Amino acid sequence: MSGTSDASPLPVRFRASLSSLASVPITLFGLILVTFLIGRAMPIDPVIAIVGDHAPPDVIARVRAELALDKPLPVQFWIYLEHLARGDLGSSVMTSRPVTTDIATFFPATLELATTAILIAILLGVPLGVFAARYQGSHFDHAVRVVSLAGQSVPIFVLGLLCLLFFYVKLGIAPGTGQQDVLFEGMVREVTGMRVLDAALAGDWDAFWDALAHLAQPALVLAYFSLSIITRMTRAFMLEALAGEYIVAARAKGLSDARILWRHAFGNIMVPLITVIALAYAGLLEGAVLTETVFSWPGIGLYLTGSLLNADMNAVLGATLVIGSVYVGLNLLADLAYRLLDPRVR
Amino acid sequence: MLTRRTLLASAAAAAVPLAAPAIFSGARAATPRNIVAMAKQIDDIIGAFDPGESYEFSNNEGCGNLYRKLVIPDPAGGDRLVGDLAEKWEVSKDGAVFTFHIRHGVLFESGKPLTAEDAAFSLQRVVKMNKTPGFILTQFGLTADNVEAMVRATNEYTLELKLPIVQATSFVLYCLSATCGCVVEKATVLANQANGDLGNAWLKMHSAGAGSYRLVEWKASDHIILEANPHAATKPHVPRVVIRHVADPSAQLLALQKGDVDIARDLVSDQLKLVLNKPDYNVARRPQLTSMYIGMNMGVPELQKVEARQAIKTAIDYEAIAKNITPNLWSVWQSFLPKGIPGAVADNPFKKDVAKAKALLAKAGYPNGFSVTLDHFAKTPYPEIAQAVQADLAAIGVKVQLLAGEQKQVISKTRARQQQLAMLTWFPDFLDAHSNAQAFCQNIDDSDATKLKSVAWRYHCFDKEMTELVDAAVKELDTKKRMEMYAKLQRDFFQRGPFAFMLQNVEISVMRKDVSGLALGVLPDYTRYAPITKA
Amino acid sequence: MSTLAAWLLSDAPESRRQASLGRFFRGWLQLRRNHLAIAGLVAALALILVSLAAPLLATHDPAAQDLTQRYAAPSAEHWLGTDEVGRDLYSRLLYGGRITLGMVVAIMVMVAPLGLAVGTVAGYAGGFADRALMRLTDIFLAFPRLILALAFVAALKPGITSAIIAIALTAWPPYARLARAETLTIRNSDFIAAVRLSGASAARIVLRHIAPLCVSSLIVRVTLDMSGIILTAAGLGFLGMGAQPPMPEWGTMIATTRGEILDAWWVPIAPGIAIFVASLAFNLLGDGLRDVLDPKQG
Repeated sequence: MSGTSDASPLPVRFRASLSSLASVPITLFGLILVTFLIGRAMPIDPVIAIVGDHAPPDVIARVRAELALDKPLPVQFWIYLEHLARGDLGSSVMTSRPVTTDIATFFPATLELATTAILIAILLGVPLGVFAARYQGSHFDHAVRVVSLAGQSVPIFVLGLLCLLFFYVKLGIAPGTGQQDVLFEGMVREVTGMRVLDAALAGDWDAFWDALAHLAQPALVLAYFSLSIITRMTRAFMLEALAGEYIVAARAKGLSDARILWRHAFGNIMVPLITVIALAYAGLLEGAVLTETVFSWPGIGLYLTGSLLNADMNAVLGATLVIGSVYVGLNLLADLAYRLLDPRVR
Repeated sequence: MLTRRTLLASAAAAAVPLAAPAIFSGARAATPRNIVAMAKQIDDIIGAFDPGESYEFSNNEGCGNLYRKLVIPDPAGGDRLVGDLAEKWEVSKDGAVFTFHIRHGVLFESGKPLTAEDAAFSLQRVVKMNKTPGFILTQFGLTADNVEAMVRATNEYTLELKLPIVQATSFVLYCLSATCGCVVEKATVLANQANGDLGNAWLKMHSAGAGSYRLVEWKASDHIILEANPHAATKPHVPRVVIRHVADPSAQLLALQKGDVDIARDLVSDQLKLVLNKPDYNVARRPQLTSMYIGMNMGVPELQKVEARQAIKTAIDYEAIAKNITPNLWSVWQSFLPKGIPGAVADNPFKKDVAKAKALLAKAGYPNGFSVTLDHFAKTPYPEIAQAVQADLAAIGVKVQLLAGEQKQVISKTRARQQQLAMLTWFPDFLDAHSNAQAFCQNIDDSDATKLKSVAWRYHCFDKEMTELVDAAVKELDTKKRMEMYAKLQRDFFQRGPFAFMLQNVEISVMRKDVSGLALGVLPDYTRYAPITKA
Repeated sequence: MSTLAAWLLSDAPESRRQASLGRFFRGWLQLRRNHLAIAGLVAALALILVSLAAPLLATHDPAAQDLTQRYAAPSAEHWLGTDEVGRDLYSRLLYGGRITLGMVVAIMVMVAPLGLAVGTVAGYAGGFADRALMRLTDIFLAFPRLILALAFVAALKPGITSAIIAIALTAWPPYARLARAETLTIRNSDFIAAVRLSGASAARIVLRHIAPLCVSSLIVRVTLDMSGIILTAAGLGFLGMGAQPPMPEWGTMIATTRGEILDAWWVPIAPGIAIFVASLAFNLLGDGLRDVLDPKQG
């Protein structure tokens, strides 16, 4: 939702990811350190978060010692790193389970939402961008521009609230918040954690349609932001490509308009476009926090905000680390795609 | 075991696979008859569903439906205790030895009979684990070392409880009716023990009780699923209860109106006015023991003056807040003992009186008022109430700066004694007057090293007379005398206490008209789902 | 006017000042042809004016409560109705503009110098300092912005100051990169070499000669960033981590009243529209500016 992806000139980002390629471990270490310090600086006493308001002092002191919170910060950090190296992110207070288990349950929901959203954004955004470039300056082009600027300007949570208001409250054609209707809760065996897939795998079509209907609204809302970026960038790349000499040559050969547009021009922008899409996908992680809040979608974003409010430090650290890593990973992927596929970079 | 098919058999939508997607099907059918769907805020849960650790509203309520206790408050109402697992009990003359006779024929969800050994084990593990609720039992002098000798089964159906520290009998019994008094099945729990945790980790996600339901699944801040315990003495009418976390009260109302859920648990005043007295809904109502108060930190020089504290108590328009902001849900109650606790006095001595408050303030030496901060929860209705208090105090010249925060943040702050004014809520740990009396009146040592960080300590309220009276009252075996002591304590507290108790909560749950019977308790521990019926 | 235009558009400017003014004027002419950008400019200016004049335009004290008038519908008395404690929504929206713009300005004032400092020092010093500073920048870029800001605010304690600091802490890295890139191109230019020969210290070169040259591109970048910052600030408010009630911040206003979407939908939606308009205004303006400055970006 923020402006990082829309406004930052792409080359800047590329250079950023290029230089970070070799130093992903350092970046990850910095990430861990920053999240760790943030976790320790919270204004909520994590012990209170665990034992509650009524606990007597002896219980509080014991829990504080159990969590090693009575040790100096560097020692605490070292202990955290040791556990992390063993794949142990500690236990969450809120869920009473290991954070790794929690992430395994909450992350698929976000993955389901973000993937659906990016697919929608690609399927709509790419053709819109291509045709806007083809008919540059037309009414269609202007309309696309306005729609995509609006997409970058509308707060995603307002859009979500509006959708709920119209489609669920007023018209009654869409389901309410959550991943499923209440009665489907606990009915379909979780395999992937993505409800739509799980229901299909189980052959439970009522649950499938229900899950799909619940997914539609948040995914569309979330898709709008990346849709605007993908549309804009597709249009920009296409304008550049269409001005290329080989396009002139192709026209001279008398090739059909559609062939020139899709085969020659579009074929040439695939690589930068993949990069943009990967970056947009990473950006969706951010939008997901707000969308999940509006739609009570039990994903990693909701998990993160919930644990922030509850000073559930292990959970906050774990979730931030996972989101950060995925973000770094996608940036890296975009970077690699750019370097490996684009001859000009090689 | 229920399957999705059998559940859906009565649902209208179940007919054809690959039927039209719900998004195009318009208003959907209500939930089927054999499942009750409840919208509730369940993100308060800490310690999950182990009765030896559970200490928050939602998991205490869950445990109440999964487990049974030796004694419980009379479900018919009143403050009398009746036996649940205990058929009857005897107490030695000196009040030190309790003998409980366990009811025969009670079965756990495993089908095995419940014995005195299970009851003894359940109490022992609370003391040995000593999690948050551990003090409820350790305050009688029970320790990890002596508990096996003090709490034991003398035969299959007789439990003997010896108290190293003698206290009022009714107080002891009330403590046993708290969530930590839930009886778990010893064999099952020990079979699932890990690293000597007495089954703590396992019991958080599973149940091993004799209550009407068993725990099927819990996903934090998302949902809880309960299913009928096939061996329960009281079989529920509806075999499956699904509780969905819906944080937002208006979303709860919406889900109720749309038929997505059958019961909405946390509607606030603004929504209640839309559904109360409407034929489409049934309502369950029960006054709670939860109080809302403003604490005044006596570490602040201005608030050290008793007249300044009285001025604040006299400036607040309690009636207007209750009437305009929290109608139906919170009503005026100014004693630290909520209505419903034996011994609570109904004086409610404070009324908004600007002239009197100003005079008190002048007497305190602040004719022009002073500035102070007020911490409060960020969730509705607290900001609205805080803003009303801010306006009331401004009228007598006390300028209040509001500091909204998440609940745990405000609590952390008061525990560190960094607050000036703070508005919080409180509910007693058990039904006896001692719980709140100790919390708000007793402070044995005002230093940071004290062993008892009571609520009074958090506000630097160090009142020797009240502290001693609390101790005397809890040891008094004569009930009538004991109640007189609590009455004096409350009236002293009105005058001197650094707390303005304002409101007491009423819980209201709204059900669709085909659903009824939800039995709300005065504390969440006593709320029962088993009587719920669905037409 | 026409002589002035001719002077500005002159092919043979007589002074540097005339040349640079002329460049701005040509840019303006180009921008003026872009109706959307002009609409954005007008909207942005209107927003600033309305916020500055909020005390004159407001019909009520934005903090005055009336508990008997909670969630009143729009009327002649309350043009947009009232909120959860009976405050006038219209007046609060006006004052909310001040908070939003104030936050944006505060963030910019913190971000631009910070980014400039890190970027110019890294670019000019090179070597280890460059690698260390850029690694730090990478770490901050490795976080999704809103999530990092959320974590910072949680650590600092929710409030408007924390929100400003948190957003600033997450917003500076692109500025540092931009400033570094500019510095690298300027560093090897002849005039810097001349200054260096004249014996100026490195600090002086960076401060007096390089930094001023980076400012203009940073300013353009700031305009492009405005809407993102407005949205992040509102998002923080919506998550309860930004400005706290009773402050009339738009995101916070939505958060506290989103529950009323059933019966009084205009109460949460009106601030939503305000955020949208503000953000769109800056986006349109930024979009037009980008066209002028970098036609290829389209």
